[in-house]
Amino acid sequence: MSKIAEAFKNGKAFIPFITCGDPDLETTAAVVRAAVANGASLIELGIPFSDPTAEGPVIQGANLRALEGGVTTDKVFDLVRDLRTDVTIPMVFMTYANVVFSYGADRFISTCKETGIDGLILPDLPYEEKEEFLPQCHKYGIDLISLIAPTSENRIAMIAREAEGFIYLVSSLGVTGVRSEIKTDLESIVKVIRANTDTPVAIGFGISTPEQASKMAGISDGAIVGSAIIKILAKYGRDAAPYVGEYVKSMTDAVR
Amino acid sequence: MRLSERKMNMTNPNGRFGIHGGQYIPETLMNAVIELEEAYNRYKDDPEFNAELTRLFNEYAGRPSRLYFAQKMTKDLGGAKIYLKREDLNHTGAHKINNVLGQALLAKKMGKTRLIAETGAGQHGVATATAAALFGMECVVFMGEEDTVRQALNVYRMRLLGAEVIPVKTGTRTLKDAVSEAMREWTSRISDTHYCLGSVMGPHPFPTIVRDFQAVISKEIKEQMLEKEGRLPDAVIACVGGGSNAIGSFYNFIGDKDVRLIGCEAAGRGIDTFETAATVNTGRVGIFHGMKSYFCQDEYGQIAPVYSISAGLDYPGVGPEHAYLHDIGRAEYVPVTDEEAVCAFEYLAKTEGIIPAIESAHAVAYARKLAPAMSKDQIIVITISGRGGKDCAAIARYRGEDIHE
Repeated sequence: MSKIAEAFKNGKAFIPFITCGDPDLETTAAVVRAAVANGASLIELGIPFSDPTAEGPVIQGANLRALEGGVTTDKVFDLVRDLRTDVTIPMVFMTYANVVFSYGADRFISTCKETGIDGLILPDLPYEEKEEFLPQCHKYGIDLISLIAPTSENRIAMIAREAEGFIYLVSSLGVTGVRSEIKTDLESIVKVIRANTDTPVAIGFGISTPEQASKMAGISDGAIVGSAIIKILAKYGRDAAPYVGEYVKSMTDAVR
Repeated sequence: MRLSERKMNMTNPNGRFGIHGGQYIPETLMNAVIELEEAYNRYKDDPEFNAELTRLFNEYAGRPSRLYFAQKMTKDLGGAKIYLKREDLNHTGAHKINNVLGQALLAKKMGKTRLIAETGAGQHGVATATAAALFGMECVVFMGEEDTVRQALNVYRMRLLGAEVIPVKTGTRTLKDAVSEAMREWTSRISDTHYCLGSVMGPHPFPTIVRDFQAVISKEIKEQMLEKEGRLPDAVIACVGGGSNAIGSFYNFIGDKDVRLIGCEAAGRGIDTFETAATVNTGRVGIFHGMKSYFCQDEYGQIAPVYSISAGLDYPGVGPEHAYLHDIGRAEYVPVTDEEAVCAFEYLAKTEGIIPAIESAHAVAYARKLAPAMSKDQIIVITISGRGGKDCAAIARYRGEDIHE
């Protein structure tokens, strides 16, 4: 069993997403620790990319702020090393294929292993292209997380059967960002996934309120929240940690 | 002309050109590109589809475009004979219409009612807006805010044609950001929408589809050259941003090893500066906008903010087939600066009475260096990918004149 599976052992999972270095890495470290202290099950750390094509305006802004602050892949690995002195829950990276490719796939993924990253989410690496990094992920025991979308239809079974760690089920069409309503028939998608794999399923994109998180976790194994947390960071900046902690608590209470 | 005849150098099933190409896109779009590939494979050899496309090319776009012997330029440079492939004479003023008519017809066959597109200089946006008007489709064009200023006239043209133009305010506010925004829009609305990508880039099958529709350029050059000179040219020169007019100009000559294929990249203020868009000359292999290819990027893979006076070449990547042609040494990619391109823009206007697009002027600039070094019995073809009316105000400003559209 991969370490990521532990996040789903004790009831439903709440997975916060944080862009590393927005507004600086010290704040990221404080925010991650606040999320862990308030019951987060797994942390999704975003390595900023100049052109995040799967993101809506909120997370685009976080990427930009982080890069302007001088964050690099090496500095993010240093952050992970620091976090691993006390953070024991699973942590995964969310970034874009070029960040991994440019660093060198073997070098990037071996450094994930060395620093204590458990999985990799790459929104621009679909099933057809996963061989780009899968051999290195298997070599170093890092889970390459698969995404399933509302448009996946006949592809769901194929993706689910080979999924590792957890499955990131994209709730809606479009990019990341807060949505007032999620209309996709996610129950049907989860049903097909369950028929093909035991890998846990967490739903992300568009979730911001405890009610939504509770509903999404109710039909799957967990909820992922990004933009709503980034908004708190944008509002409170370097003082955001307690506010994020409070928010994470309301969300973990809602999903369990 | 049958599309299957253009496919002699077909890509492998995963859309690879050597190591380049592929489909690095969100899962949300995978079924859309698969559906597009299936539709393309169904229609590319369909006689009815091809007859309709040929009719549109000839009757609507004004094909075949002329292969013009530039006598004065030839005499002035004193070397190789120079021919100009006049894509600037096409309807809407550039080669972009070739691809757009093909994709719009395909989209219509697929039951799509809405076209979205990115545009840099505005030529692809204008062509897409034109096709949408012709086919009665809805049209939304994404254009970097910076480019809406540089190419204000084209913004008006698109709106006049019934398209909605959305200025993109993220990143460098140029072509790269317009592509990102069009991709984001496509992920949010797929069922009725076709993303009419304007160059030989993005995820498979776009680089192949766009190339096949643009290959009409080299097919015609070959026929026209054989008719006029009874032989093939020694060199074909075209400008390269994403690379659609260049691949269209090269494609039917790839197997003719004696024909030099030369792509002219926008060097901006020079390839030794950061203000450049010469991807093959200054970039390295990466993964972005759905493809593996060469990209201008920093040591951590962050895409570089590129620069060129030409909004149409102001892109940090290059199409995967060009990356492959570079890797195997079949085509050469040379840098041309803003200043060289502007001089060539003025030169062609004064010498031949032809005002080329500032993009195409990059190809003219390199020909001015190359022709004198070649012998008089050799032949160069320069693809004039578009006309320069859209650029006059910007070039006047570059030369310090206080002119406003």
